[in-house]
Amino acid sequence: MTEALLEPALDLASLLLLSGGVFLGITGAVGVLRFPDFFTRLHAAGVTDTLSAGMILAALMLQAGLSLISVKLAFILLFLLYTSPVASHALARAAVHAGVKPVDAKPGESSSPS
Amino acid sequence: MLYFLLLFAALFGFWLLLSGYWANPLLLLLGLASSALAAWIGTRLEQSDTRGYSLRMLLRLPGYWVWLVGEIVKANLDVVRRVWRPHTYPISPVIGHLPLSQKTRLGKTIYANSITLTPGTVAIEVSDDAVMVHALSESAYADLAAGDMDRRVTWAEGRSG
Repeated sequence: MTEALLEPALDLASLLLLSGGVFLGITGAVGVLRFPDFFTRLHAAGVTDTLSAGMILAALMLQAGLSLISVKLAFILLFLLYTSPVASHALARAAVHAGVKPVDAKPGESSSPS
Repeated sequence: MLYFLLLFAALFGFWLLLSGYWANPLLLLLGLASSALAAWIGTRLEQSDTRGYSLRMLLRLPGYWVWLVGEIVKANLDVVRRVWRPHTYPISPVIGHLPLSQKTRLGKTIYANSITLTPGTVAIEVSDDAVMVHALSESAYADLAAGDMDRRVTWAEGRSG
């Protein structure tokens, strides 16, 4: 593929990825507003943490090309994927220990006594 | 010692990529020194529990990550349709305990983090042989209860064979 064709193709790909990432970010926000309680809202926020951030960073990497900037963007994604579940887990655990009751949650069948 | 060398190499590689100064001897030396210091502190912190880590795990984790990214994408789409079409795809939260089969602390951490990283399921508490999970829907809980992710993390942990 020639340079003249590669540029617009990359731009189009990052445009699609950015739009998708923004849509997922908005979805996360709408979910936080719509869902009934703390725990279900945590799931909605998870969409923003994972796929939305991933798509936006991937779009930026396409714009930066093969450079140190792309490597640093990849590091941002990597550390986001390492830290965001720790934060969500800490929040959920703190909520349970503080006595927040999940709304309408059924007990799941389990093989170990709860 | 192996743990120290791996940690040191990873930290120095990270430093090189972040700084971008690859030709200045003074800066390189300072980077080497700080990587060595950080790796030494890390080795002391983990002194009691590095035996569970295996090199096999380092080789197997990338394969697990590829599978996990696919799961994350699928789970995202599920949560997205429950946000926008709540009447067609209602939420049905479930909370319960699921067994886990990992032997090491690191393996359990990877499993619990994978559960939380997948939208629709959150690990609330981890004990020796079970993890307490809150799920957005019964199907997300059932998928997790089927144990596929648990088996894959235990495989990546690399202690069974």
